[in-house]
Amino acid sequence: MSGKTMDISINLNGKRVAASVSPDLSLLAFVRAQGCKSVKCACETTNCGLCTVWLDGQAVLSCAVPMARANGHAVMTLEGLQAESADFARCMAEEGAEQCGFCSPGLIMNVLSMEREIRERAAAAGEEPQMPSDEEMDSYLAGNLCRCTGYTSQRRAIRRYMASRFAACAQAVVAGQEE
Amino acid sequence: MSMIVTRESERANLSCVGAPVVKRDAAALLSGKPVFTNDLAPADALIVKILHSPHAFARIRDIDTSRALKVPGVVAVYTYKDVPNKRFTLAGQSYPEASPYDRLILDQVVRYVGDEVAIVAAETEDAARSALKLIKVDYEVMEPVLDFTRAKGNPVVIHTEDNYHVNGAWINNDRARNVVASGLSAHGDLEAAFAECDIVVDETYHTLADNQGMMETFRSFAEIDAYGRITVTASTQVPFHVRRMVANALDIPQSRVRVVKPRIGGGFGAKQSGCNEIFCAFVTAKTGRPSKVVYTREETLASSNSRHEMQMHVRLGAKNDGTIVAIDLYTLSNQGAYGEHGPTTVGLSGHKSLPLYNHAKATRFAFDVVYTNTMPAGAYRGYGATQGLFAVESAVNELADRLGMDPCEIRFKNLVTPGERLAQYDDNELYSCNVSACLRRAMEMIGWDDKPLARDLGDRVRGLGVALSMQGSAIAKIDIGSVDLRLEETGFYTLSVGATDMGTGSDTILAQFAAEALRCDTDRIVVHGVDTDVSPFDTGSYASASTYLTGMATIKASERLIAELRQRAAGFMGVDADDVLFDGERLLAFAPGTLAEGGADIPEFSGIYDDVEAIARSYRLAERAPEAEPVAEMTLAELANRLVAGGDGDCLTAHAAASSPTSPPPFMSGIAEVDVDKATGKVTVVDYVSVVDCGTVVNENLARVQAEGGIAQGIGMALTEDVQYSGRGRMRTRSLMTYKMPTRLDVPDIRVEFAPSYEPTGPFGAKSIGEVVINTPSPAIASAVAHATGHYVRTLPITPEKALFGE
Amino acid sequence: MLRFRKGAQILGGGMWMRLSDRTIPCVIDLSDCGLDKIEETEDEYRIGAYVTLRDLECAGVLNDACDGVLAAAVRDIVGVQFRRSATVGGSVFGRFGFSDVICALLALDTEVELVEAGRVPLATFIDMPYELDVLTHIIVKKHDYQASYQCLRKAATDFATVNACAARWDGAWHLAVGARPAKARLLSGAEAGVVSAEPSCDELAHAIEAVRGLTYSSNLWGSERYRRHLAGVLAARALVEAARYTSPEGLEAARAACAREEAIR
Repeated sequence: MSGKTMDISINLNGKRVAASVSPDLSLLAFVRAQGCKSVKCACETTNCGLCTVWLDGQAVLSCAVPMARANGHAVMTLEGLQAESADFARCMAEEGAEQCGFCSPGLIMNVLSMEREIRERAAAAGEEPQMPSDEEMDSYLAGNLCRCTGYTSQRRAIRRYMASRFAACAQAVVAGQEE
Repeated sequence: MSMIVTRESERANLSCVGAPVVKRDAAALLSGKPVFTNDLAPADALIVKILHSPHAFARIRDIDTSRALKVPGVVAVYTYKDVPNKRFTLAGQSYPEASPYDRLILDQVVRYVGDEVAIVAAETEDAARSALKLIKVDYEVMEPVLDFTRAKGNPVVIHTEDNYHVNGAWINNDRARNVVASGLSAHGDLEAAFAECDIVVDETYHTLADNQGMMETFRSFAEIDAYGRITVTASTQVPFHVRRMVANALDIPQSRVRVVKPRIGGGFGAKQSGCNEIFCAFVTAKTGRPSKVVYTREETLASSNSRHEMQMHVRLGAKNDGTIVAIDLYTLSNQGAYGEHGPTTVGLSGHKSLPLYNHAKATRFAFDVVYTNTMPAGAYRGYGATQGLFAVESAVNELADRLGMDPCEIRFKNLVTPGERLAQYDDNELYSCNVSACLRRAMEMIGWDDKPLARDLGDRVRGLGVALSMQGSAIAKIDIGSVDLRLEETGFYTLSVGATDMGTGSDTILAQFAAEALRCDTDRIVVHGVDTDVSPFDTGSYASASTYLTGMATIKASERLIAELRQRAAGFMGVDADDVLFDGERLLAFAPGTLAEGGADIPEFSGIYDDVEAIARSYRLAERAPEAEPVAEMTLAELANRLVAGGDGDCLTAHAAASSPTSPPPFMSGIAEVDVDKATGKVTVVDYVSVVDCGTVVNENLARVQAEGGIAQGIGMALTEDVQYSGRGRMRTRSLMTYKMPTRLDVPDIRVEFAPSYEPTGPFGAKSIGEVVINTPSPAIASAVAHATGHYVRTLPITPEKALFGE
Repeated sequence: MLRFRKGAQILGGGMWMRLSDRTIPCVIDLSDCGLDKIEETEDEYRIGAYVTLRDLECAGVLNDACDGVLAAAVRDIVGVQFRRSATVGGSVFGRFGFSDVICALLALDTEVELVEAGRVPLATFIDMPYELDVLTHIIVKKHDYQASYQCLRKAATDFATVNACAARWDGAWHLAVGARPAKARLLSGAEAGVVSAEPSCDELAHAIEAVRGLTYSSNLWGSERYRRHLAGVLAARALVEAARYTSPEGLEAARAACAREEAIR
């Protein structure tokens, strides 16, 4: 802690927030202090993924983003994505995949980020977005730990959600599951 | 048409029980609402931080807090000089606790690296951190006992304090020899039985002090309410026990303490022990200000509690045809520095493993639980059964391999069956047991008969391994679950429970029971979380108790409430209560003599229990002939509204408690298919199938997730969770960088099915599921690896190195 | 500023800045200096120090040119959110022994560009003292790379117990072995005894022996004995995968050489 503060301003969930903070204050601590309690701290060592937020639309670990770095950027937490996350939340609930729910916000932020990234990459390549494979989903979400579920129910929920989002590929997935 | 069905034949007709009902709190959790402890703490709460000992065993000669107190924003620094000198235990157990009273809030002697030395309370996190660095402690460092195999009778004695206290002589405490507890239970003539054996497997197995690893670390906050009482909001599984701990620790009456449990981010037993509640309660009591303490992951890994590390020596004797004749198990349990759950955990290593092979002519189970200068052990899902089953199931697998028998076949030959008296399970009778069906179905799921135990796949070998598991459902004769059920205006119900949903969904399960009994939709039941001031007493959610025990209480309360409904409706309609029927929506009055008492079968129980009546009751409720027409009726809403309208009104409340003379075991099979890299030894679980007998499945989704989650934790225990200490007793695996819990890349799609038996003592035939699910992976994976590599790894976890080189 | 302010630190990704209890009196953030791009010139790729590991993983052209080893090296590092903040510059400047990025880059024709010291081969840089210099670029020179990255992680996303990268360029093999757990070491094809484009059984055996001749030690992720064994296995596997044998017989023989290392039969 340097003891000195700097004036920062970020766009938090669509609203401009200005404050005077220590430059090495973590974005995690800052957004929680701003009332975004969905963002959780569970490890302090960048290993758990519970503090995942979007920085300029990309999922990052807010525990590892100092406010000096966040300054001037747009930050989104689950509080700002209530409508966008509702469909995936329903898929999770219907599988019982939230269990204690402590890791759910971080996972949701990363699942939505994955969906977004698939769309953006496809658009950049001028292709139709494709339903991610199980391996791709696991690999993308590997940084989101969960101790309750053993991940299997989460996979069911994520598959179902992605299938609904990438409808063209949905049938293949459903057929695959029935095998 | 009886309203509450307790017969297996009517299980298929249940509507709420068995349904994959969405958890009541799912929407709040999935939208990130501030419902957890740290989300709710007052903004002006003092930040509490703990100074932990850097030494494994030391006496504080002097402690100087003057510089720390000068840090701007620091409000107080407390040391052992400031706390009551009255010992207590942090074990969340019914009074009188089996665990020794061997703790103070802060002690002059520190007994492990991580033990608490001082408490800092400050206005800000930064101030508290700065103060920690400025506390000067002069330690007289003493020689620690770090090796638990050398603790018993060691000249270094860890607890010598004069106000050490043991509640019950039955634990055979001998602290002068570092023995927390010891015991023996024997059945049959062991030497004669071994003399009959053609083959004896004689091996030693070792499991580590795994961390429960719930995502929400330990945290709590305290404040003083309008009546001057201390209110502690805590992430705990045992609010009523925490009330006692706080009162004991602060040396104040329990009436001065209230404990509130909000949503919990996982517990797995970790939160069956108190942790930092006493620190914030102490700070608030001293300063009069709200305070909160949030443990870091490092503190949660290195300064709280874990599974008991155990070393188990098994002698398993059998005939050449695979008949198991004799089992001798000795468990040495590493308690660590303080005695939480020591005397009880160890018991399960024998009592929840040996009964699987109840046909053995003789069994002996002996144990010692020893203090060491390592982090205290506590409760972790499985609670000793996990360790014991790793040993016993591994020994059975080794027996099969040495005899050249199929490991499933050897189990079919020896497995316990329903109706047996379980010699190593307090002579309880086994009413419900589908363990053979669990095993048979798991074999089908994995294609057991078509696969060899080991297959060469080029640079890998694929191996198969199997294990079985059992657990209990609540602690017999000790646990209590109780509920208050209230009919509210407009006809909905409020269900107040003392059982602590920690993410498992027990609130939802209990609502399903109530809805089934009251014949309504689950949405009509409002469940209220735990607040010791208003919730009915419950020993808490541990020992796989909530579904089984609090479920029974819910059904009893429902039955009582229905009786009240009929009584009151009869009064309003001017008929006799015996002529009133409740169908969930309406209260129907019939001409006298129309209704008959429903004839539910009374299950047969053995006469060994004192209070068979308590569990043998079947619910006899009114039935009517199909063609009978009511003479009067009123809706539930009408009744409810009249009851709150004054005059003759009385808002109806029913209370019921349940405890059980027995603890019916759920069963489970697990089969692991693993790939072992021939050159690196890396083990990958490629498939895991499991079939669970938890009695009636109350909520298929939640039961399945319990099973999948428990298996994944078991996979972590088997393969990657490798607790290590330095030579001076400092835990080296003190972050998630070094303590590796499974990620989603480490766990395959776990395949779970159910083979429900019907437990006559349980609610709608249900037993427990919370713990039994963690026990199969370690022995199943160890056996699969052995089949692939040709050697058994008997010390967990099975790292690539151990799989490759053997031990 | 870095020189004049005692204890000042350049902020890379900042991932582990908070891991130590140390107070950092001054943090210099250069993330707005345009160092977050991968540029291609006629004969090299210039990777800015602030390019994230995620950018590196997804850089199609660069990875195609390097036979995919950079993506393979970073793919299992913690998680995608982590890799989106962690920078290549931070990973390389830190010169951590376990570094997957350094191991992969080391086998390629890689230089680093420092403000003071100028361009330095990566192999030289990793042994240089931690001086107050600023790393701006990592430069991978263009060659017709054939390469393979191999590592063993006890658990997915964990640090590597050992990592190895074999690359053939300019008609010669280059073999890097890291997480020994000390810093990665680079062996030339000549040092490792592998010359042929499609190494023979004997050459692989030499390479295994040469790799095992490096120093290893024990820590939480593996014992010295296991690491020594593992390094040989992973190096041989990397060579075999990178070599892309043209004849089935050659491949068969190479696999047989690897199979000799199997402790489990």
